[in-house]
Amino acid sequence: MIYSMYIVNKAGSLVYNKSFNEGLAQLNSNEALILAGTLHSILAITDRVTPENCVKEHKPGGVELIEAEGLLIHCFQTPTGLMFVLICDNQLFQSEPMMYKIYQIYSDYVLKNPFHTPDMPIRSEMFDTQLRNLIRSV
Amino acid sequence: MSKNYKAIGEDIFKNKVEKISLEFFIFTYGSMVIQLIKDYDDYTMVNTTLEKLGYNMGIRLVDDFLSITQFKPCTDFKNVMEILTKVGFKVYLNIVPQLDFQSEIQCTLTLTDNPLAENVELPPDAIENGLWYSNWMTGVIRGALEQIQFIVTTEFTRDVLRGDDTTEIVVTLIKIADENVLAPED
Repeated sequence: MIYSMYIVNKAGSLVYNKSFNEGLAQLNSNEALILAGTLHSILAITDRVTPENCVKEHKPGGVELIEAEGLLIHCFQTPTGLMFVLICDNQLFQSEPMMYKIYQIYSDYVLKNPFHTPDMPIRSEMFDTQLRNLIRSV
Repeated sequence: MSKNYKAIGEDIFKNKVEKISLEFFIFTYGSMVIQLIKDYDDYTMVNTTLEKLGYNMGIRLVDDFLSITQFKPCTDFKNVMEILTKVGFKVYLNIVPQLDFQSEIQCTLTLTDNPLAENVELPPDAIENGLWYSNWMTGVIRGALEQIQFIVTTEFTRDVLRGDDTTEIVVTLIKIADENVLAPED
């Protein structure tokens, strides 16, 4: 079950934050910003410390999954530096196909909207609806 | 690796992207260029504006491209240019420019076929004053590559519309930006 989703831009600011299921203790907006910024830094640093010879064909990414007893945090970074974060319950699942679906919805409903400024907070009803449908379908 | 790209490009073009009528595309682009020429009355400004329009498209387009193709980040300029020509151009314009490297950091894309210019004849005045009709394309390339940390300059050096025997875009790598440097706090 997916509790909530964050989108963090390449500078580390939170541009989207949505809850889909009840259960997670709520963060206030300040705490959400801190979480987003922290995850962004962790991703950048883990990417940098990855041994160079372990991934040959492409650049290694940073952290992909953070495990805790009660929840899992899946991170996914696009080559353009954008980060999608899913906070889920502790049922392991393959998040990559899901992340690419979210990425496609993002590029379709956010970037293809000419009135959206890249790197700014996302306010789009179509994006919300599409995401909700995707996440319900899991 | 490099052989696959052609097949990947063809597969995506066939199965994964929506297509529009070429006529619609030619009319749209043509009327845009003409309107810019009317508005600015200065071909240099038209070139610059077309490039800017392309740039703004490129920085958005690249995410669409990456979300469909699911390519992983890439650190090699040659590899990136292979993907750009064999998959990128194929997917969005259904052409595959010929790619030649002059050096590690410079390459030429030769467009054997240019859908934008299919029915175009430039008037002598436009040729004299240096209009690059398809200059929008250089902006798209620059914008898209910038988003994946490749800072490049792009320019048309030849165009069949201007009487040259080929249409060529030269792409020069300036630097690869390091995204891992943690941005200083504002």
